[in-house]
Amino acid sequence: METGVSILIGLFFMVAVYLMLSKHLVRILLGIAILGNSVNMLIFTNGRLTREIPPLIPPHLYTPETLTANPLPQALVLTAIVISFSFFAFLLVLAFRAYQELDTDEVNKMRVAEPENDQTPPQGY
Amino acid sequence: MAGSSVSVDYADAMIMTPIPAGDWLIVAPSLITMVGGALCLMLRKNTDLQPKVGMVLLGALVVASLALLIRVLDHGVITMVMGNWLPPFGIAVTADALGATLTFIGSVVAFCAGLFGMKTVDSSGRRYGFYPFLLLLMTGVCGSFLTADIFNLYVWFEVLLISSYGLLILGNDRIQLDGAVKYGVLNLVGTNLFLIATGLVYGIFGTLNMADIAVKVAAMENPASGTLATVAALYFLAFAMKAAAFPVNFWLPASYHTPNIVVSAVFAGLLTKVGVYALIRIFVLILPASLDFMADVIGLVAIVTLMTGALGALAQTEIRRLLGYLVIAGIGSMLAGLAVAANDEKAVLAISGAIFYAVHSIIVMTALYMAAGIISMMGGSFNLRQLGGLYHKSAAFAGVFLVLAFAVSGLPPFSGFWPKVMLVDAAFGDNRFWLGAAILASGFLTTLAMGRVWIYAFWRGGPEGTPDGQSVVVSGSSQAQLSGGAVWLPLGILTALVVYFGLQPEWMIELSTRGASGVVDPLGYIRSVLGEQG
Repeated sequence: METGVSILIGLFFMVAVYLMLSKHLVRILLGIAILGNSVNMLIFTNGRLTREIPPLIPPHLYTPETLTANPLPQALVLTAIVISFSFFAFLLVLAFRAYQELDTDEVNKMRVAEPENDQTPPQGY
Repeated sequence: MAGSSVSVDYADAMIMTPIPAGDWLIVAPSLITMVGGALCLMLRKNTDLQPKVGMVLLGALVVASLALLIRVLDHGVITMVMGNWLPPFGIAVTADALGATLTFIGSVVAFCAGLFGMKTVDSSGRRYGFYPFLLLLMTGVCGSFLTADIFNLYVWFEVLLISSYGLLILGNDRIQLDGAVKYGVLNLVGTNLFLIATGLVYGIFGTLNMADIAVKVAAMENPASGTLATVAALYFLAFAMKAAAFPVNFWLPASYHTPNIVVSAVFAGLLTKVGVYALIRIFVLILPASLDFMADVIGLVAIVTLMTGALGALAQTEIRRLLGYLVIAGIGSMLAGLAVAANDEKAVLAISGAIFYAVHSIIVMTALYMAAGIISMMGGSFNLRQLGGLYHKSAAFAGVFLVLAFAVSGLPPFSGFWPKVMLVDAAFGDNRFWLGAAILASGFLTTLAMGRVWIYAFWRGGPEGTPDGQSVVVSGSSQAQLSGGAVWLPLGILTALVVYFGLQPEWMIELSTRGASGVVDPLGYIRSVLGEQG
């Protein structure tokens, strides 16, 4: 099963990189959202995939009877999902505000902070 | 509750001895700032009280981190494990000399910035949360310096990142939105790369505890294998992005000049250094074998970063953007130390040079941005073409600026000199002549850039177009804003530190050498985290 998921993760990364190379901010943000999800799946796959066996220990034992799903990557992914989702939400609002103020979502035209024809420093002493 | 009747011996899985009271200091910086941030947030409508509470909390942070540093120097590396579960299962928080030093210097800088913000952040900035964000930023910074778990490092990075977004757009100007978009998007991509590498590390070792990984890597037959090489390269790219090293540095000059000047000062002082700290931690402590084959790449990146920073600074008219490029040049020097660390004989010297340089850079870049803020209050502009004659207004400030300019260029007798001596010595000793030459050349170009700022802003008679040789009263001054200690005191503290570290470098050299030997030879660190079996 890892092979299939790995290929899927590769596809996700491909799409994410393709979208992030766009010059429109909205597409870049979609790329970031997909990138975040592909990273989450990567962590999850790295914890070895198992099917439908929750990591529960019966009352009379100290260790699980069979191989179970690994709970740690699930905890990691849960943290990572929360973080990447909140950052995506923040960036989406930020991009919308930037679009309102700058009248463009094209990154090449967002030149307020770095004006295109910037003054050169004074020459000579 | 069938299992509850079985008596379980917890000693195999948990630490049963109580934690010494002094070890609680490890979590004190994060706790003070986190609780303090919440407290300040509750006070957001009371804009008069908020700065006072914020300053008390930042003062408490300085005291706590100083106490932590003293305890680490007395007792060696100290570790505290969450929930008392034995590592690697319990999440460890560890303070060694390196982490404690940077935490202390970072707290001092945050205290100065909070003080400076009392005058420069208006009531709307306070209402939108300058002090809460500053405190939460320090939560992330201190947490990053003190954690012993890679995934927690990622979480602390996110804490400081989200607070930095808040600070960056405080004021809601067009230029800030533009800068914040670039800063936000590129830092998030860097963070995702970091997370990919962390996921791969978990896949390879099944643990995320730094000391545990270090032990497992040391026990590997071929620690420079393909998978680990991938991890190392990903970590390098991710942290180089955070630290603004050459090919991935362009977000920094695009964003650092947009926010309120005190926010720029904190960012320039602290944020990039957290990236450098993580690079030192990962490459020297955890993946020393990967450092050996990455050393040439890191050295090359360091050279190009040094030159980009210095040349970029020369090409700027805006003082804040010029300083942004100087931040980048400083990162080059620290990376130079990392590159030389691959040589075992020079490793301690190189890393201690990098640590000393990081401390120097934290102090001097914050002070320079504050000075730039004062320049704009006096002269009414950040543009070199529109400045002039400030020497007539305050000769003492002109002197302070010159001290900072000397320090950032690495000229004696100020704090930039000694770490550069150590780094150049290490680079030449490792036969990396180009690296040493680049550090020196970058220092020379920085001198030119800073000398030009001083000549144009302070020395000449007035703004461009004024005939030279006569004193002109410059407009745009707001004396009311410049009166009082809130503006001059923080600049004075930081300048005093710059002079002190320049004239009395022994203390800092000893401290950074201790920090460096703790990372280069991590036995003490590993013992502290994993116990004697490590």
